[in-house]
Amino acid sequence: MSEVVLRGFGWRHAGRRAWAVRDVDLHIAHGERVLLLGPSGAGKSTLLAALAGLLPEDSGEAEGTIEIDGLDPRKARDRAGIVFQDPQTQLVMARSGDDVAFGLENRGVPPAQIWPRVSDALDRVGFPYPITRSTAALSGGEAQRLALAGVLALRPGVLLLDEPTANLDPAGATLVRESVSGLTDTTMILVEHRVAEALPLVERVVVLEPGGGIRADGTPEMVFAAYGDRLADEGVWVPGFTIPPLKSATAATPDLVRAEAVSVLNRLAPVTLGVGAGEVLAVTGPNGAGKSTLALIIGGLLAPSAGRVRGFGDAKPPHKWRAATLTGRIGSVFQNPEHQFVTSRVADELAVGPRRLGRSPTAVATTVSDLLERLRLTKLANANPYTLSGGEARRLSVATALATAPRLLVLDEPTFGQDRRTWIELVTLLATLRDDGHGIMAVTHDDDFVQTLADRTFPLGTAPFQDPLPHRRPRP
Amino acid sequence: MTLAFQPVADPAAPLARRNPVAKLAAALLFSLPLIATLDPLTPAIALAIELALVPLFGLRYATLARRAWPVLVASLGLLVTMVLFSANRSGTLLLDLGPFDVTTGVLMSALGLILRLFAVAVPGVLVFATTDPTDLADALVQNAKAPARFAIGALAAFRLLPLLGAEWQMLTLARRARGVDAGRNPVAALRLFVSTAFALLVGALRRGGRLAVAMDARGFDSGIPRTYARRQSFQRADAALVAGAVLLSALALTVTITLGLFRPII
Repeated sequence: MSEVVLRGFGWRHAGRRAWAVRDVDLHIAHGERVLLLGPSGAGKSTLLAALAGLLPEDSGEAEGTIEIDGLDPRKARDRAGIVFQDPQTQLVMARSGDDVAFGLENRGVPPAQIWPRVSDALDRVGFPYPITRSTAALSGGEAQRLALAGVLALRPGVLLLDEPTANLDPAGATLVRESVSGLTDTTMILVEHRVAEALPLVERVVVLEPGGGIRADGTPEMVFAAYGDRLADEGVWVPGFTIPPLKSATAATPDLVRAEAVSVLNRLAPVTLGVGAGEVLAVTGPNGAGKSTLALIIGGLLAPSAGRVRGFGDAKPPHKWRAATLTGRIGSVFQNPEHQFVTSRVADELAVGPRRLGRSPTAVATTVSDLLERLRLTKLANANPYTLSGGEARRLSVATALATAPRLLVLDEPTFGQDRRTWIELVTLLATLRDDGHGIMAVTHDDDFVQTLADRTFPLGTAPFQDPLPHRRPRP
Repeated sequence: MTLAFQPVADPAAPLARRNPVAKLAAALLFSLPLIATLDPLTPAIALAIELALVPLFGLRYATLARRAWPVLVASLGLLVTMVLFSANRSGTLLLDLGPFDVTTGVLMSALGLILRLFAVAVPGVLVFATTDPTDLADALVQNAKAPARFAIGALAAFRLLPLLGAEWQMLTLARRARGVDAGRNPVAALRLFVSTAFALLVGALRRGGRLAVAMDARGFDSGIPRTYARRQSFQRADAALVAGAVLLSALALTVTITLGLFRPII
């Protein structure tokens, strides 16, 4: 177990004017388990990267000192282990056991010790498969457990977890938290924005102040009693702060788009479903049930292999419409916003759709400035969409779908990985759109989203499902 | 999703279980000398030897044919090219097509080229169909002294390849959702292709960067001499495989030279 000491530590990435993190004084004792909080942009990930020794001296400017057991983290790389968000880009090898062995080989561990340490690490995280299991066949949660085993096999004194569950569905996140909760013989620093789920894993909460310093440091009860309101306003998911439901007051009008017994080979069992104007329909269900596939079909992007889709009084199914026609009727928002960006400027991004519909230059300019204003993107009008933060990119991807004023919006996991502030903005915006008569279909794992906003829920199972009451919905 | 180059052969077959570096060296040493001659006999002998050895690699002929389909397509392309552009239109006329007359001379040159293509390609297909990529990387590092940073790095990048297919589909669908399509305009189609490919490249570079950081965080850049969890050994049988490949290649060339059919490329 290791001890972590920071004295007036700061780091500024080369070429940036602002410090990513600054004036941090922190002492973490042997075996302590700490949740590191702060609004987005407060420098949590930079701090973890510094502790992992992953900020080379020539990649920026440092201030103060940072030490693990009295050593510069760059020289004590074997004392820190770090797990990142995305399981896909942490696994190196094709077989699970080889992947855990990778780090041991790098550290020059004698071959005779490697395999016992591999199976020991796999046992500690509760990895259920043999070591020959293909890493490509693992679910997100299993892959992240394997990544954790790869780090634990190196026996780090301090374990750094940088939002290890942010890319996972609820079932996968539970798998990872179960693994982490069993680790008691290491110092641990966790960055996690879903605070309620993370609290059972830690005994101390440290809040970074954006712009420098530490705002709060203490037990969870102490910190949230004193700073809960402010943290919630800044976007941290503080437990106990609920949002009032925003359900529709009027009944939905007949379907904008209706799918009859649509299915896709090996991806989606036959489904019958309609989305009406003035309602929010939430499609829920386990991974692999075909939720995203259904969203692509309703969105006119994918042809079903059986069944039919009709909408907007058109004789042709949506997937046969010209792209310009489609975008004027149905707006799709993908799970990964970056898939949708086609230009190198935020403002241009919003102009693409209206231009394709042949709107006049003045009308396009009006639409663009309205949307920038509405989604708090005005300051970023000239930025490159690929440089935006997660929340900004999500707001932009929703704005691009709204630019052509489609009656129906289809969203895939719109609130996934968002902080509380962006979450509230999105949910409020969608409620307003619904009340203005838009139809909204959202594929989601997010229970809060369903509780707050959904007028109707369509649970998708692995067995064939029917839409029980196409035009009625339960009242809250 | 599985890797496109996962081995498909019986791993216990006598030649399939040889050291990957030995297999690779044997394939190169066997097929490279064949490039030195233009006659059709040498590649024909070589191909006959290769096909006779296929069962020793634990591979079925049907599997080999499935694996070698790009070579089949390429050989058809060669045939068409030769019929259209061959300068040598000697021999008996078989099909009267004006400037594209098909003669025995044209067919003989085409046959020579196609045989060479197969004789060089089949050993490569045999090696990759019977070798696990991990074993190849291990053997390259341990037996051929290739830098681990290169071999293991390439192996890790290789693992991300199947993601690109799914990524391409999402990018294409997302462009349609944005109202961007080419219709029947070929120039627009090309521009759309280039912009989608660029987005794919940006995504791939970012993922590659994240993977590199994660690998270094687990000590890939530690500078400590690596140890090997999986041992690859180069045994006498492996040396024999390489020597055998050289001998057989020399045999094929000797037969051609003895029969006076050798036509050096330069």
